Amino acid sequence: MNVHEYQAKQIFAEYGVPTPRGLVANTVEEAVENAKKLGGNLWVVKAQIHAGGRGLGGGVKLAKSIEEVEKLAGEILGMTLVTHQTGPEGKLVQKIYIEEGADIQDEFYLGIVLDRAKEMPVIMASTEGGMEIEKVAEETPEKIVKVAVDPTIGLQGFHGRELVFGLGITDKQEQRKFIDFASKLFKIYMDKDVELIEINPLIRTGSGDFLALDGKMGFDDSALYRHPDIEAMRDISEEDPDEREAGQYGLSYVSLDGEIGCMVNGAGLAMGTMDTINFVGGTPANFLDVGGKANAETVAKGFEIILRNPKVKSIFVNIFGGIVRCDRIANGILEATKKVDVKVPVVVRLDGTNAAEAAEILKNANIENVIPATDLLDGAKKAVAAAKGEL
Amino acid sequence: MSILVNKDTKVIVQGFTGGEGTFHSEQCMAYGTNIVGGVTPNKGGQTHLGKPVFNTVKEAVEATGATVSMVFVPPAFVADAVMEAADAGIELAVIITEGAPVKDMMYAKMYATKKGMKTIGPNCPGIITAEECKIGIMPGNIFKKGPVGLISKSGTLTYEGANQVVQEGLGISTAVGIGGDPIIGLSYKQLLPMFEEDPETKAIVMIGEIGGDLEIQAAKFIKENITKPVVAFIAGQTAPKGKRMGHAGAIVSGSAGTAAEKMAALEAAGVKVVKTPAEIGKAVKEVLS
Repeated sequence: MNVHEYQAKQIFAEYGVPTPRGLVANTVEEAVENAKKLGGNLWVVKAQIHAGGRGLGGGVKLAKSIEEVEKLAGEILGMTLVTHQTGPEGKLVQKIYIEEGADIQDEFYLGIVLDRAKEMPVIMASTEGGMEIEKVAEETPEKIVKVAVDPTIGLQGFHGRELVFGLGITDKQEQRKFIDFASKLFKIYMDKDVELIEINPLIRTGSGDFLALDGKMGFDDSALYRHPDIEAMRDISEEDPDEREAGQYGLSYVSLDGEIGCMVNGAGLAMGTMDTINFVGGTPANFLDVGGKANAETVAKGFEIILRNPKVKSIFVNIFGGIVRCDRIANGILEATKKVDVKVPVVVRLDGTNAAEAAEILKNANIENVIPATDLLDGAKKAVAAAKGEL
Repeated sequence: MSILVNKDTKVIVQGFTGGEGTFHSEQCMAYGTNIVGGVTPNKGGQTHLGKPVFNTVKEAVEATGATVSMVFVPPAFVADAVMEAADAGIELAVIITEGAPVKDMMYAKMYATKKGMKTIGPNCPGIITAEECKIGIMPGNIFKKGPVGLISKSGTLTYEGANQVVQEGLGISTAVGIGGDPIIGLSYKQLLPMFEEDPETKAIVMIGEIGGDLEIQAAKFIKENITKPVVAFIAGQTAPKGKRMGHAGAIVSGSAGTAAEKMAALEAAGVKVVKTPAEIGKAVKEVLS
C-alpha cells in the first residue's frame, strides 16, 4: 500500500525527521487559508497523487504571493497529471499540499529498501538528488552510496559514517545532523513494516540543515494488520477499482493492453499463460489468479471483471487442479455463465485433480461459446484463434 | 536417492490441528510421508490423525526424533514458529503459510541460518520426493519417480512442469517449490548443487519469474558448477513494469528483474531456456536424449 507525500511527512514528523511545514488542501479556498496560516512569502503547491515525476508533469509549482497560490491551486486541483509513472491516462489530482518554500543549497537522494540478495534493508544515498534515481543507478552507479544494515544490530555509527563520507559531507555539525536524519528514517522503516521509503530530494539548506522536501512510502501489505494508523491512510481513489474489487474476492487481477482475457490458478501459471498467449501470436488482456480457494462465486466475479474490458475478444480459462478440484471450477463456469452474460468465446483447459469429471460436466452442460482444450498450448492457440473469429 | 527428504524422513507438523494443517497432513500421510506428530500449543497430550500432539517443538523433537517440520501456522505467528523449530534443532522447516510479513521472515531466516536450520518457502507448495515423501500441498498423484529434479518459484507451474515431464515418459526425483516472496529459504543456488550430486537426478528443471535476481545468481552458478543439463522457464515475459503479479516478489522495478534479462543470463550459461511452460516436457526429453 502506498501513501501520499503529505501522509509520509506526517509519519516523518512523528519521528522527528525534519520537513518543511505544510498543510493539505482539498479546495482552492483551503489552499489559500493554508498559505496564510503558514505565512512567509514563498509557497510550493504540490499535487498529491501516488506517482513520482510530479514536478516534470507540472504538478509542483512555486508561488510568490497568496494570489499566485490561489491561481496555481485552481490549476492543479482537478487536473489530470501525466508522469512517467502514471501511464498515458494520468491521474486526477484531488488533493494538494501547500508547503513553505525552502532555502535549497544542495539536493540529495535518500532511500531505504529491502536488499533481496543480502536479505536486509539497504540505505541508498546520493548527491544526485532531484534526478530519477533509476537513471543515476544506470548511468553513474558510483554516485550511489549503499549501506546494508543488519536489523539485529540496527543502524550503528559506522553505517552513518559510511553514508556521510560517501556523500562528501565534511562539516562535523552537518555529519551529525545527516546521521541523525538517516537513523530516524531507518527507525520508521523498521517500525512501520515499510517496503520502500524514498526522499528525493532531501535538501541541505543555506544554514546547513537537512530537510525532507519530498516523501514517498510504500508498506508491506502483509503487515498492515498490525498498523491500523497506516491502514487508515489508504486512499481508495488512488487504486484501480477493478484490482481492488478483485482483491475483495480473493482474486489477484492486473489489467493489460491485449485482447485475450485470462483466468488461471496460481500466479506463476497465470504469468506463464500470458507468455504462452504471446508465444502463439496473441496478446493477453489481463493477469488473473483465482487463487487456491476458487468457487462458483469467485469464478463468476472473475468473468465479470474480465468482461468489463471492452477489448476482450476471447477468454482462456487455464486451471491446473492440485488442491483446487477441476470439477468445482467446471461448476463455477456453469454458474458464471448463468450470472454473467458471457458474449465472447471461452476456451477451457482443466487439468489435474478431477479433470475427467470436469470435462464431463462441461460436455453435458453443452454451453454455447465454451471450447474445450487439451493442454496449455492447445488452449492458448484456440483462444487466439477464437479472438480472431477463426473458431 | 533424492535430495533433502525421503521415505525415512521424520516429519512433524506445526499448526497440526488447524483446518489446513489437518487436511494437508492427511494427504501427506496418504502419500506415504512419515509424519510422526504435530505441535499445537495447549493441545499437547492429545492425539490427532493417530499421531501425538505436543505443546512445543522441543518436546516433539525429543519424543519423536523428527528432523523436518511442515509449517501451517497463520501468517502473524509464522516467524515465531520457524524460530521455535530452529531453536529445537529441526534441520529443515518447510513453510507453506502465505502472507507472512517480510520483516518477520527476515528475522526468522537470520535466526534459522544462525542455528543451521534450512528453510523452504514461505508461500510455497513445499517439497516432494516422488513416491516417497510429500511435505506440502501439491497433488501427489502427478509426481511419478524419475530422473528429473525440479526447482520452482510457482506452485501451479511446478505441477504443470512435473506433469509434462511425466507425460514424456520421464519422472521426478525431487521437486522443490521455493516460493515467490521477497525473502525465501533455499533457492536455486543452494538446491542446484544438491541435484548435481544426487545420482538419481539426470536433468534439472528450474522455473523462475520476474523480480529479484535469484535466477541471475543461479545462471552464474550453473555456468561454473553444474554439469547436468538444465531446462529453464521464466514467467512474466509479458508482465508490465512496476506491477506486482500475484506473488509479493514478482515485480519488475526499474529495469531490474525482467524475464528477458534472466533468460539471457541463463542462455549464456548453457541452459536450455523455453519461452512457454508448454515446452518444458519436450525440452527435458531433448536434453536427456
